[in-house]
Amino acid sequence: MSARDPADTGQTPDASFAVIGGHHRKIDAMDRMTGLTQYTDDITLPRMLHAKILRSPHAHANIVDIDLSEALAMDGVAAVITGKDLPISYGIIPWTPDEHALCLDKVRYVGDGVAAVAAVDEETANAAIKRIKVTYEPLRALTDPHESLATTDVLIHERRRKDGSIKRSNATKRVTLEFGDLEGCFADAAVVIEADYHFHGSTHTPIEPHCAIGYLDPKGILTVWSATQVPHYLHRELAKVLELPRNRIRVIQPALGGAFGGKSEPFDLEFCTALLSMRTGRPVKCLYTREEVFLAHRGRHPFHMRYRTAVSADGKILGVDAKTVLDGGAYSSFGLITTYYSGQLLCSPYRFGSYKFDSTRAYTNKPACGPKRGHGSVQPRFAIEVQLDKAAEKLGIDPIELRRRNALSVGDRTVNEFAINSYGFLDCMEKVATASRWSDRRAKLPRGRGLGVAGSTYISGTNYCIYPTDLPQSGVQICLDRSGRVRIFAGTSDIGQGSSTMLAVVAAEELGVHLDDVRVLAADTDLTPVDLGAYSSRITLMAGHSCQRAARDLAGKVRTAVAEEWGCSRKVVLLAEGRAQRIDDPAISMPIDEAFVLAEVQFGTMGSVGSYQTPRANVHGEYRGATIGASPAYSFTAHVAEVSVDEQTGEVTVHSIWAAHDCGRALSPTLVEAQIEGSVYMGAAEAVMEHHHVMDSGLKDDGAKRDPGPGKHGLLANASLLDYRIPTALDTPDIHAMIVEHPDPNGPYGAKEAGEGPLHPAIPAIANAIYDAVGVRIDDLPITPQKILAALRAQREKEAAVQAPGAATPC
Amino acid sequence: MPHHEHRFGEAASGDVVQRHRGRQVEVIAMRLNGDPVQIGVPGHWTLLEVLRYQLGLTGTKQGCDKGDCGACTVTIDGRSALACITLAINADGRDVRTVEGLGVGKAHPLQDAFDDCGAAQCGFCTPGMLMSAAVFLERATTDTEVVVDRPAIAAALGGNLCRCTGYTKILDAVAAAWTTMSDRDAGAAGEDV
Repeated sequence: MSARDPADTGQTPDASFAVIGGHHRKIDAMDRMTGLTQYTDDITLPRMLHAKILRSPHAHANIVDIDLSEALAMDGVAAVITGKDLPISYGIIPWTPDEHALCLDKVRYVGDGVAAVAAVDEETANAAIKRIKVTYEPLRALTDPHESLATTDVLIHERRRKDGSIKRSNATKRVTLEFGDLEGCFADAAVVIEADYHFHGSTHTPIEPHCAIGYLDPKGILTVWSATQVPHYLHRELAKVLELPRNRIRVIQPALGGAFGGKSEPFDLEFCTALLSMRTGRPVKCLYTREEVFLAHRGRHPFHMRYRTAVSADGKILGVDAKTVLDGGAYSSFGLITTYYSGQLLCSPYRFGSYKFDSTRAYTNKPACGPKRGHGSVQPRFAIEVQLDKAAEKLGIDPIELRRRNALSVGDRTVNEFAINSYGFLDCMEKVATASRWSDRRAKLPRGRGLGVAGSTYISGTNYCIYPTDLPQSGVQICLDRSGRVRIFAGTSDIGQGSSTMLAVVAAEELGVHLDDVRVLAADTDLTPVDLGAYSSRITLMAGHSCQRAARDLAGKVRTAVAEEWGCSRKVVLLAEGRAQRIDDPAISMPIDEAFVLAEVQFGTMGSVGSYQTPRANVHGEYRGATIGASPAYSFTAHVAEVSVDEQTGEVTVHSIWAAHDCGRALSPTLVEAQIEGSVYMGAAEAVMEHHHVMDSGLKDDGAKRDPGPGKHGLLANASLLDYRIPTALDTPDIHAMIVEHPDPNGPYGAKEAGEGPLHPAIPAIANAIYDAVGVRIDDLPITPQKILAALRAQREKEAAVQAPGAATPC
Repeated sequence: MPHHEHRFGEAASGDVVQRHRGRQVEVIAMRLNGDPVQIGVPGHWTLLEVLRYQLGLTGTKQGCDKGDCGACTVTIDGRSALACITLAINADGRDVRTVEGLGVGKAHPLQDAFDDCGAAQCGFCTPGMLMSAAVFLERATTDTEVVVDRPAIAAALGGNLCRCTGYTKILDAVAAAWTTMSDRDAGAAGEDV
């Protein structure tokens, strides 16, 4: 249901909300600003030990021997563990459990964990890991995905088929899907745009490093406090690897200092602190250094993409043919999903005549890639939006107009059969066009300055849990207190996006209390119902529904009790602004705490639960893979970027980005704006600044293929916040966030996601703006001054050749 | 905020009281958020380690431990300093302020404005951000040459990395806090007259 049903709730009709849509202060922000909030590393437990993990200096090597004797003999060292102590494999995707908490017999990237020490302090632990002697037998490191896919004699993982034979391949996943008559479309096309695109890797860099504390108490309960964004999945994997029943494990996510997808699977420190505590009987903390955060990675996959797009003379997309190689790094991580997403999430917001994608993910001896904000779909979005810009130019059609001509509509299914139930994309385009004065300025600015546009779509949660289950995706429990306060218990992970505030807003709306009177206890597997976590932009839609249901159940009881007191129908009892009010007689009202007391007298202690499961009928096709990328609701975004290019230095300045995002309904507009702004900033940085640069034998920033030299394969070139350049306040463009609301029937109050979708268009919009500014295309990210200068040089040479056709230059 | 000229605890400074695991431990005396504090610190420990792990003031955060991110920004004698690359012994005899000392009794105008504008998402960079902003606005209140506009605020916060906000709402919040502080000062001046 998209709106409140007045017959059911008796509350005000849709779109006249008391709390929703208003300006809210986050319920937990002030504590974070006064130093009161405890993040994981802020927790100190009595007699706590500190752990450090010894990491591999080799990109690929067999472990021949590990000698722990010197480390164990050190004063202050309490325990040392190796891979043999944690032999059970795990993986966030149940079908690809290819990781071990510590390496068993070989290391697969520079930074792979080999042994862990618990000691009285961090300094002793650091000294102890240096005393561990590991004998390695180095193997050939495969650092380029094409090289890795072509290699059968060196295998990064030895995997066996069901018949016991070894799979002689370094491909972790291949997905090929085809929809419609692709070749027919290309035969009919007025123009075919064909190009290669390269999306470099980037990483999340939350300001809070990963941190975990494990503690096995004397009663045999293992508690793990962790800076994770998926306590539920961590809970499951801890049970599997440590061979403990789940009811003996409690996972608590303290306040989290940013995640962006980088904390959405288990990491070595969680298993190691747990086991070290089980060995020592003392709490054990491990805090990653910043370098370890870069090595843990799970960031955006580098993609090598070949795109062919067929477009008709009037600008309609007839067909898209996409071939992609994903550079996965050393482990599968979410890679199975990423490989699907690389194709599945491309089919909106535009109508495609036909579509084929062929994506292969390769293992390489580099830090594993995973989900970063806009998982798997930011890279193909770059390619397609630049393709459309090229098509628009060839056809002489304005790029925004071309996108309008390919719009979907409500009730449509995409070419890969995802159901579109709301569609604010055209309004998003309209908003950014107007705000940027597109038609007055695009292609009309002086050389060196330009505007570019791009659009995108994203999921509001995935239709299915990571593991097969019919259990709800999200549960919320609410209790009412006699003092007029509301307590919410939810498994949701507030990672800074404000999910706890979102729940409080929903409860305050339904129960008529002030936002200040709602308390949220979240992300503690002992105390809160299961929610699958903060990934795939699912919390607002899913936990929002659960919260709404639980709150409506309680509100119904409160209104019933009040109606009895007043001798009226419960349909005329409204709960709002801290009071129970009689709609038909405004003179009659009572404070909400009195209403709660009446309800408690009648019904007993007031508590309720709500849960949410995704719709299963009619939301996606039936082909193999049809469920991956399917979501209850899709969001839409449009960006216009304004850039200038210094032709002397090649430097690109992104001045402004206008970003309009259709989030269905903004439950808390300030939070939605904040998500748009943060997304735009992160996307813009990926275009022109950031590069998780692992030295490999593949393409370099300047386009040249170059071997990094012996011993440097697989080394991370920029594992610090100085060298990995995330933008400062001075580097960030002016961001103009605009909210578009096209309520979706599958969203609570119509709400859809806002946390990831708004990132996507920034990168192609900037690339397209650079073309508008100086007429060069940089299809190989990141867009560096070297690449701009090389392209400008090529442009000048081409122009010179055209002007002097007699003196043709050899090329 | 009044600047503390008061120096104290000189007698204790530099005293080596013991050797801990082969490391020298020295007693330092500082004024911390207005209170006198004497503490024995390992000579190689940073101010950040002492604040967080000895004194329990965990509001100051560690993001990189090498002076790149600004999450550990505190003030020493009224100037912003990166606690992760400041040895604790260098705080001896100094006036140190952390985020815990920013708003006492009620929210500092910056905290209130950050809260109202939605400038803190995960909040991990926020303590450092607040301290840098406080130093800048305090300078602006005493030095009429200092202009408080968006580019100047961005420059003042240029050493503090935020990964959540895109800085937009942080710049909004500092500007809003400056308006509040200016109005308050103007109001106070009016009362004096």
